[in-house]
Amino acid sequence: MTINTNVNGTDVELDVEPKTPLLYALRNDLQLNGPKFGCGVAQCGACTVLVDGNPVRSCVVPVASVVGRKVLTIEGLGNRESPHPLQAAFVQEQAMQCGYCSSGIMMSAAALLEKNSQPTDEQIRSALRGNLCRCGTHNRIVRAVSAAAQSYQEKKTP
Amino acid sequence: MTTRRNFLKGTGSIVLYFNLMPTAALAQQSAAKDLPTSLAANPALDAWLRIAADGTVTLSPGKCEIGQGIQTALAQIAAEELDVALERVHVVTVDTSYSPDEAYTTGSRSVEHSGAAIRMAAAEIRSILVDLAADELDVDSDRIDVLDGTFMVDGRASRLGYGDVVKDRTLARNASGTAAPKSIDDYRVVEKSAQRIDIPGKAFGETSFLQDLRFDGMLHARVVRTGQADAKLTLKSGFESVAKMAGVVKIVRDGSFLAVVAEREEQSIAAAARLADFCEWDQIDLPITDQSALPDWLSEARADVRVVAEGGAGDVKGVVRTISNSYSRPFLAHASLSPSIAIAKSEADLLTVWSHSQGVYPLRRAISTIVGLAEDRIRLIHAQAAGCYGHNGADDAAADAAVVAMQIPGRPIRLQWSRADEFSGEPYGSAMRVEISAGLNASNAIVDWNCDIWSGSHTTRPDGGLKAGNLFAARQKANPLPMPPVGDIPLPRGGADRNSIPLYTFAHHRVTKHLLQDMPLRTTALRGLGAYANVFAIESFMDEIAQAQGEDPIDFRIRQLDDHRAIGVLEGLREKMAVAGMHSAAPPAGVGVAMARYKNTGAYCAIAMGVTVEEKTGNLRLDRAVCVVDVGLAINPDGVINQIEGGIIQASSWTVKEQLSLSREGVKSNDWASYPILTFSEVPAIEVTLVDQRREPALGAGEASQGPTSAAIGNAVSRATGKRIRDLPISPQRLRQT
Repeated sequence: MTINTNVNGTDVELDVEPKTPLLYALRNDLQLNGPKFGCGVAQCGACTVLVDGNPVRSCVVPVASVVGRKVLTIEGLGNRESPHPLQAAFVQEQAMQCGYCSSGIMMSAAALLEKNSQPTDEQIRSALRGNLCRCGTHNRIVRAVSAAAQSYQEKKTP
Repeated sequence: MTTRRNFLKGTGSIVLYFNLMPTAALAQQSAAKDLPTSLAANPALDAWLRIAADGTVTLSPGKCEIGQGIQTALAQIAAEELDVALERVHVVTVDTSYSPDEAYTTGSRSVEHSGAAIRMAAAEIRSILVDLAADELDVDSDRIDVLDGTFMVDGRASRLGYGDVVKDRTLARNASGTAAPKSIDDYRVVEKSAQRIDIPGKAFGETSFLQDLRFDGMLHARVVRTGQADAKLTLKSGFESVAKMAGVVKIVRDGSFLAVVAEREEQSIAAAARLADFCEWDQIDLPITDQSALPDWLSEARADVRVVAEGGAGDVKGVVRTISNSYSRPFLAHASLSPSIAIAKSEADLLTVWSHSQGVYPLRRAISTIVGLAEDRIRLIHAQAAGCYGHNGADDAAADAAVVAMQIPGRPIRLQWSRADEFSGEPYGSAMRVEISAGLNASNAIVDWNCDIWSGSHTTRPDGGLKAGNLFAARQKANPLPMPPVGDIPLPRGGADRNSIPLYTFAHHRVTKHLLQDMPLRTTALRGLGAYANVFAIESFMDEIAQAQGEDPIDFRIRQLDDHRAIGVLEGLREKMAVAGMHSAAPPAGVGVAMARYKNTGAYCAIAMGVTVEEKTGNLRLDRAVCVVDVGLAINPDGVINQIEGGIIQASSWTVKEQLSLSREGVKSNDWASYPILTFSEVPAIEVTLVDQRREPALGAGEASQGPTSAAIGNAVSRATGKRIRDLPISPQRLRQT
């Protein structure tokens, strides 16, 4: 069956079973690296992507549910030439150890910044409560999200 | 005066070959004396460093990147000695087809081992290339310096750079150890915080992880098993129906080894779930399921008992009172964020395996034993996965994939464990009990120290031969290997007894290790090994004495220390605590301190943790950690701080939250709900300070902070509540019950 959706700004046709978790369609059919398999049961947040701007756990969301919607992964956030403020801040703050959780965390943070461009540290921690990091990079990540918010602000008020 | 150039001329021309791969031919040549360990074992210079005609430097260490930033730190060392910009150094992953064999990436020794080898190799290559340039430019080599790979004559750029001299040749020559590395006073790259070379790729979703490798015709496999390696499988009739499920290519069975392979990942998951319904497992009941009975069970189990350390001259004198206490930790999971995975491909008599193992050479030997292929027919390539924090399921998954790939030649097999496979199947950090009995003299100093440690093994990494039996695939196949004899790493590094000898200058000490022989679960190396529990015990015990006699805990420690670096981190901590206003904490808040030197030979780390405990609920908040660290020369200071911060948070999680929950049938923890870890809103603020000891050798930082963190939390809780928790984790439940 063909699933029509939009991923990172491009309309795509996916030839997969409708109940296939979105994660496998993104990783295996579209060869995207951003969303990660971590638990398969929506507990760790490594697979987080945005669907119409809202963070979802792609490991449990059937691909049928994104028909006609917009899916955003870290690849659609920015690239080396034109990084998203979050990507630039994660590099600047060295907010990774292994980096496996980073993509899901950046997507959760991107959703937060869209709604609240001046989050407090507590609001950032709360927005990331469903994302696990095993290396213990939490505080750097909070700093990076905060720095990204700052650069959002600077862009808005030149 | 003999210049380097004259020296080379005197010994004849140096050998330069065209060579695509590093040569092993010269590795047989006897190594020069006094080379660093890793370089002596792998003396061919081009095994470590290669320079291309365009001047690009390829660094090929034998240590793998596991999220600790080692590739960047080693690149800094190479860039420093070669005098090139860090950006010019390209680091390649560990691959048995070309990498030096540095065994395992463990024990916080990569900077010590690989770093020392690369420093020496790079210095020698620079010296050789300077001499070659001197010949071509017809000047004395002592007039030549190097600036970002360009040869400078009397301070002016010449027409030659490294690439012009190397051309398309590779240095095929063994290290002699004759070129002196730079003085640290000339360092330009080392000691400067460098951005990690792997981070941008991960921030942009580039191909960074093993999980991101995709090959044409790749199939997806899952294993079906319980957590017990020796459980015997009976497949109920009807299981063949699974082979007819959508996309299923093959059910692979070899004895009790069972896996299913499908065209698509979700198909392999569905097939594995169905197949599990047809499995009957004959397995043993776990002898221990009640966490509160764990310490007693540990000390009553069958064990190999031996005194592993003893010191002190003459009889014990002056003891006026004796204090004894017992401490414990539960079984802990590595709980990597990515369940174990491997890709294997069997093609034309060659088996290629991509793995996130910490030791691809030993793993190659283990797989050789399991699948019956000669080692030289197997190529192991390291690829990153999520952080492992020790020996997790990585090696098991690699052997699993190899077994499956051997049955489906020509197709790459991507074998991915499920989250439940990882929690129920990974080899765990062993539960431990540590009992300390100390004699104090009239001035309240410890003069006699007795420590008994009960633990399972902390070293069951796979290798060829018998040690292949540490892996599931070896134990499950039709002609299974037995579980290898229980062993442990001896002191001075130590396994269960790592960090068991106090750093303090007690007149007498004795450490006895009780190595349990019949562990119900596979146990192995988890970050820090025995150090975590031993430092928790020692530093809790020290605090209890100081607290009982109303003495400042830092004063009490310092007056029993001779080691000036240990005193240095404690004095540094005292200053930082004062700046942070941590001395004024009062119940329900409290501050605890602890200090250790990892392995008694590695980095020094002193930590003060501030906590607040809610009396009614026992809820514990970790407010703030202040940490002072001495790693000697810090290659990448920000990398060191990152590792220390991470160690504090991970060990905080172990200390206040984690324990594997057990039932008769096996491990009950099978997801993040049944094995919760610290989350974003629960981590403490952390401030890390590095002590300037740049003239001391560089030491690893990855395992320095775990032990002190545990005791600092316990000590803080005691000061906040008056309750001394000696059995980990320090959970709200224990705080309510005590």
